[in-house]
Amino acid sequence: MGDDLEALRSETLEALAQAQDHAAWDAIRVGVLGKSGRLTRLLKELGKMSPEERKERGQALNRLRDALNTAVEQRGQEIAEAALESRLKSEQVDVTLPAPATPLGLVHPISRTIEEMTAIFGAMGFSVAEGPDIESQWHNFSALNTPDHHPARTEHDTFYLPATHEDAPARVLRTQTSGVQIRTMLTQEPPIRIIAPGRTYRADHDATHSPMFHQCEGLVIDKGITLGHLKGCLIEFLRVFFDKPNLPVRFRASYFPFTEPSMEVDIGWSRQTGEIGGGTDWLEVLGSGMVHPRVLANCGLDPAIWQGFAFGMGIERLTMLKNGIPDLRSFYESDLRWLRHYGFSSLSSASLAEGV
Amino acid sequence: MKFTLSWLREHLDFTASLDEILSALNTIGLEVESVENPADSLRGFRVAKILEAHRHPDADRLQVCVVAAGGDYEKVQVVCGAPNARTGLHVIFAPPGTYIPGSDITIKAGKIRGQESGGMLCSLRELGLGAESDGIAELPETVVLGQAYADYAKLDDPVIDISITPNRGDALSVRGIARDLAAYGIGHLKPWLVETVEGRFPSPISWNIQYETACPFIAGRLVRGVKNGPSPDWLRQRLESIGLKPISALVDITNFLTFDLGRPLHVFDAAKISGTSLSLTRAARETFRALDGRDLVLGTDDLVIVDQAGVQSLAGLIGGESTGVSDETCDVFIEAALFDPVRIALTGRRLAVHTDARQRFERGIDPALVLSGLEAATRLILSLCGGEASEVTTAGNLPDWHREAWLRFERLESLGGAQIESDEAVRILEHLGFEVKERDDARACFAVPSWRNDVAMGVMLDQAPHLDPDQARTAASSVHAIEAENDLIEEVLRVHGLDLIPPQALPQKTAIAGPALTPAQKRLGELRRLCAMRGLVETVGFSFVSHEDALLFGGAPEGLRLLNPIASDLNQMRPTPLVNLVRAWQRNAARGFADAALFEIGPSFHADGQKLVLAGLRGGETPRRPGARAQARTLWDAKADLMAALDALKLPAEALSITTDAPGYYHPGRSGVVRQGPKMALGCFGELHPRVTRAMGIDGTLVVFEIWLDAVPLPKVKRRQAPSLSAFQPISRDFAFIVAPGVEAQAVLKAARGAERALITDVSLFDVYEGAPLEAGHRSLGIEVTLQPVKASLTDEEIDAVSEKIIAAVAKATGATLRR
Repeated sequence: MGDDLEALRSETLEALAQAQDHAAWDAIRVGVLGKSGRLTRLLKELGKMSPEERKERGQALNRLRDALNTAVEQRGQEIAEAALESRLKSEQVDVTLPAPATPLGLVHPISRTIEEMTAIFGAMGFSVAEGPDIESQWHNFSALNTPDHHPARTEHDTFYLPATHEDAPARVLRTQTSGVQIRTMLTQEPPIRIIAPGRTYRADHDATHSPMFHQCEGLVIDKGITLGHLKGCLIEFLRVFFDKPNLPVRFRASYFPFTEPSMEVDIGWSRQTGEIGGGTDWLEVLGSGMVHPRVLANCGLDPAIWQGFAFGMGIERLTMLKNGIPDLRSFYESDLRWLRHYGFSSLSSASLAEGV
Repeated sequence: MKFTLSWLREHLDFTASLDEILSALNTIGLEVESVENPADSLRGFRVAKILEAHRHPDADRLQVCVVAAGGDYEKVQVVCGAPNARTGLHVIFAPPGTYIPGSDITIKAGKIRGQESGGMLCSLRELGLGAESDGIAELPETVVLGQAYADYAKLDDPVIDISITPNRGDALSVRGIARDLAAYGIGHLKPWLVETVEGRFPSPISWNIQYETACPFIAGRLVRGVKNGPSPDWLRQRLESIGLKPISALVDITNFLTFDLGRPLHVFDAAKISGTSLSLTRAARETFRALDGRDLVLGTDDLVIVDQAGVQSLAGLIGGESTGVSDETCDVFIEAALFDPVRIALTGRRLAVHTDARQRFERGIDPALVLSGLEAATRLILSLCGGEASEVTTAGNLPDWHREAWLRFERLESLGGAQIESDEAVRILEHLGFEVKERDDARACFAVPSWRNDVAMGVMLDQAPHLDPDQARTAASSVHAIEAENDLIEEVLRVHGLDLIPPQALPQKTAIAGPALTPAQKRLGELRRLCAMRGLVETVGFSFVSHEDALLFGGAPEGLRLLNPIASDLNQMRPTPLVNLVRAWQRNAARGFADAALFEIGPSFHADGQKLVLAGLRGGETPRRPGARAQARTLWDAKADLMAALDALKLPAEALSITTDAPGYYHPGRSGVVRQGPKMALGCFGELHPRVTRAMGIDGTLVVFEIWLDAVPLPKVKRRQAPSLSAFQPISRDFAFIVAPGVEAQAVLKAARGAERALITDVSLFDVYEGAPLEAGHRSLGIEVTLQPVKASLTDEEIDAVSEKIIAAVAKATGATLRR
């Protein structure tokens, strides 16, 4: 290798070592290997030489070019790495600073329970039906075999609204969602399998009564539906709802004007601890029965052909039991502290696959 | 309905334990409300005798007694303050450790003024049994020393309170309960027969029925020469045991029979009746002073018993003050009647008369007991008060109560789901008093006992008015037989035990059920989750609010004002859930949570019906954090919530327009109505009107939104086309337009969007500028337009052409000029 090449090599390596930033490094790269760099110029001069000279000088130049290329690349990486290091250092922050909060809202426990009930009864072939909160007395009472003088009617402390026209009876705020059952029977051919969750109203306000609350009623009308099916359906529901496969369920004879036989349904619990399914006490959770033939006939269904069952339950009551909520009135007070404690994440879906 | 175990024994022979009886009652539909044994609170009290009593050496009013109370208490010294404590007196003694219910203390041994006192001598008040008294209870000399006082006083007798359903008037009697228990298998029902009392003379008072529909049949008789006064102990105890106050023998007898047999009776002081006839008639519009001292205002549908002087009794409900019996009563006239349950229920409810008689008459009483009940009352009066009975006088006719009902045995399974042998079904019904009239393998016919007013009764239907007449007739014609049969099935099942019926899974048409929700219902869940994801907390508010609040929110029609509100702030159906949200925000702000963000999905009520509304509210400020100061919520927060919800409902912003005619409770310049097309208003957003917040006592700004969900159309179900996924990069161009006052941004955006639909995929506003060098009121709107080439990259010429189109379209639609 000629001295000039040696000098180029050592000068370049020296300069690279001196270079501390990308600009200095790039100037060296261009000055040596660029279009008009020193090495490039020497390579261009090869064409003027004799073949022998050219061969020897060419090999030397190529070697030098490879060596310098490698050296430039390597130094380039070193400088880039150093630059990154210093950038990272300068970019350091206090990572314990809190991130901007995007608080999630919550779903009300009543909505959650309705969704759970929908999921469970939905799996048994029920669909959800709805009706108005302001009902005629016929839909709320008379059609349900509860004529005006009926003692059961006085037990419902009914809210009344003015009649829509003279001579008409006062309208009522529905005391039960049974009016939805009546509407369904009037508009839909059996078989019928519905639940009707919704707002209900009774003129009562104390620690255990609210003037507005929610009920979920159910209705099954078909041929050959028996009280055995009623029991099977409700036991299944209660055990899935409370997630207690062996929950004790008891049926007691009772009376409702719109069913016969009628029964109240109790679940096992412990009065002392409040544990559902534990202890030896019983807790009433539902009313149910076989649909009364008069109710069927009032809706135009022939009770000699169609039969079925109906049931009704308090949504708040079941929500309180399941979630250990002590006070009924707190459901409607919209106290954020309560809502944050008992509310449900919108991310958890009330599906049977995820478990209700 | 309360009764005691010892009273039950009068009608039922049994060996079952209390727990077995309670469990049986619950099973057969006589729900146990409570059980109480008075003896439970009297543990420890013993019958004792004062052997010696001396004055306390250091206290004039105290005596030092030596008491013998049997067992470990042969000679106990007790200091006693009662003036009647004296040597030889038989008393009630409470040894140390005894809880004194009347004083809420537990007795301890100790010294009183230096004298040992090992217990306490008690008054009945201290036992929680009697009224104030001057001294300790004095017991007769016949007592057994050391006996538990509860046993001595026969108080070890559990009182059972059961709730009676409206269909079971017959169970409002101890005898009825005994009959049910016997059918279930708890003991044997004792026979009940009453011997007729021969009348010695014609009744000087007779009945006259003028209102047959309300009173079909009535009987009575006079007993003369009676001596009224306190009842004997057994009768007083019976009544006291179930919480009734003994009054006098004559009254107590009627009360006793009301509970014992379910046969309400009334007794008149014959001397106070004017004339010789009592008429059952419609009341005039008049006032009647009842036995309880209340003045009742009667109407012409009410049934009353009148003599020549006027109304003497509100039949079946309550007697009158002026003809009531007293200790001076010498001749008593007994009434035993059958009244129309509906009449009694309606009058009783209207006048708020709650008596044991009403409770029984409105459920229907046993028609066969009219005469035998009268005989039973006569016997008791003769034996307790003496005297001489007249012949029985009656009016009207005892209605024929005989009815029959058929039971097809297979229905026990095909309706009841129960496998019960026909013999067992018949046995149960016979125990309940039903008699087999006819029977074969498949079915049997039963005579219904007189006391079962709930079985095989006349059918009352109230069919929907618009039913097809044939359909209505067919349906109605089946009811009677089916209902009577179901009545019997109910009886068999409740006594057999509903718990023994095997549960069955509901048959499913397909193994996996279809969706339970309609598309319109399903989207409510989606909206709920969306709002919660956006930071809003769901609330549930009452459907009624105060009339004043409703007025603030634009709707308080009289037709939606409750006739009988429970409170004055809950008297008007709400015009929007916003009322509740604002009040809820206010309560939370007062607790330190002014940044509450709330929503509700619920009904609003209007003169033309009920609507379903999603309403949301945000208050307070955004949270402070490094680099960002707290900022008040703005209408844009509400608009963002609203538009996100509409987007979730498949209504993207491009499909909608905004008008500025929001309801009056919104800030007129900071609110908008979102519409689809020119007419359909879907929702609303903005700041609440300052006048509204001020009226509600709120400082500061609340931003709210509402979506009227019924107005939001469901997306059309159609097969979606595959998306066009262009291989070419989209490009964007910015434009600044100067618009005159009154030109809305949405008009500019809409015009730009429509300028070249094949290429323009998005138009967004990124800047609004007002001020120099623009003319006053003019604004510069900076918009970014995204172009998506489809077949090839766009050339500069093509881009320029589109730009010109955009500028022209915006200028044409809004008069805007490009800012150069």
